[in-house]
Amino acid sequence: MATPLVVSELCKSFTMHLRDGIRLPVVDNARFALQAGECAVLGGPSGAGKSSILKMLYGNYAVDSGQIIIDHHGTLTDMAAASPREVLAIRRDTLGYVSQFLRVVPRVSALDIVAEPLLARGRDRTEALARSRDLLSRLNLPERLWDLPPATFSGGEQQRVNIARGFITRHPILLLDEPTASLDATNRAVVIDMIAEKKAAGVALLGIFHDQDVREAVADQIIDVTDFAPAKAA
Amino acid sequence: MTSQTMSAEPLLRVAGLSKSYGARIGCDDVSFDLWPGEVLAVVGESGSGKTTLLNCVSTRLLPTSGTVSYRMRDDSWRELYRMGEAERRFLMRTDWGFVHQNPADGLRMTVSAGANVGERLMAVGDRHYGNIRATAVDWLGRVEIAEDRVDDQPRAFSGGMRQRLQIARNLVTHPRLIFMDEPTGGLDVSVQARLLDLVRGLVSELGLAAIVVTHDLAVARLLSHRMMVMKDGHVVEHGLTDRVLDDPQAPYTQLLVSSILQV
Repeated sequence: MATPLVVSELCKSFTMHLRDGIRLPVVDNARFALQAGECAVLGGPSGAGKSSILKMLYGNYAVDSGQIIIDHHGTLTDMAAASPREVLAIRRDTLGYVSQFLRVVPRVSALDIVAEPLLARGRDRTEALARSRDLLSRLNLPERLWDLPPATFSGGEQQRVNIARGFITRHPILLLDEPTASLDATNRAVVIDMIAEKKAAGVALLGIFHDQDVREAVADQIIDVTDFAPAKAA
Repeated sequence: MTSQTMSAEPLLRVAGLSKSYGARIGCDDVSFDLWPGEVLAVVGESGSGKTTLLNCVSTRLLPTSGTVSYRMRDDSWRELYRMGEAERRFLMRTDWGFVHQNPADGLRMTVSAGANVGERLMAVGDRHYGNIRATAVDWLGRVEIAEDRVDDQPRAFSGGMRQRLQIARNLVTHPRLIFMDEPTGGLDVSVQARLLDLVRGLVSELGLAAIVVTHDLAVARLLSHRMMVMKDGHVVEHGLTDRVLDDPQAPYTQLLVSSILQV
């Protein structure tokens, strides 16, 4: 089996056209690989470019140069050069993502938001909703909230909806952007267990975790992002 | 999105489409493909050429140059501006839908809601009154219009209801492609959210392809897979909606994205 994800010579800068075209380099020559069944953690201080790397991998940020090679249905595909349609197909089947904040869709219930990725893959609605209930109950989201849109939920409640949505599918690669940031100890422990199960199922994970305890519990590999820091302009 | 999204061939091909109004540019050299199940948002400020583009693609306005090709239900490709007028009209009535910003432009205001929906069915050859009425009632239900309003005229409806009725009228014939010009333009914010959620659900459930013109980036984020940013008749940026909004490249797109008011 091919390595699920290989990043090489990845560079990113922002050009701020509204600020006289200032160029802000954020990542220079990032290179690493993820292994199936392992969780890699992006380490480094705030502003080192951890989130930028995650967003490039998921296609939210454009890439200046370099490759992000993903094993998509057995075909090696460069996410950095993929067309929008290919990016959407890779996201649907191969690359999952738990973002830091839930993007709330008006009027859609928590249960449906969690079930949506399964429905998008053509799964049966009853089955998708059943899995959605299982995950929300495992993450201790009170049942009275399940049928409500999460707009009015607390930060921790929204984050658990987000985690359930990201974990419901069997994507071979899963990106985690601080999934435990606003969770209490009980729910952090649940997420640690869920990550362990993903590893056991052969999923390759890449995450940003600011809690020391979570990081120590899940990390098989620490990728030090400061190695990819752009040289400071003289 | 359904598996239809991955179909190998596009549904619509636009190549080098331009429209000039004398010396003034409406839209200039626009090219894109649209696949089944895909929603493309065209954004830009007033006068950027997005409505001109929509009208040229949907054969409502003759372009100055360029081609628009469409894959028919039998998988043959046809160039729209080489079709006869009658054939093109038939296509618009059956395989396409057009949702106008002002519902009064897309509805017949003096016939009942049920007849507004039923009329499109009759246009594709349905003649059985009972079936037509049943289908109309079903569609009004899907756009959340109660059955007891089916005999009322749209004149008696609120703006949001009229817009939902217009959507039902367009979707009842199971089109494959739908054009929307500022579909939430004249509506209150609370009504907008409801309409967007409805459109989003219907588009993915029916596997529709859609081109949505809007100046509202939140609408584009919620509805579209791909986004095209226009300024002065030119496409200044084009790509995956998330990417265009999270990491805009063109100076104009950066200005647009940075101008969104946070609430």
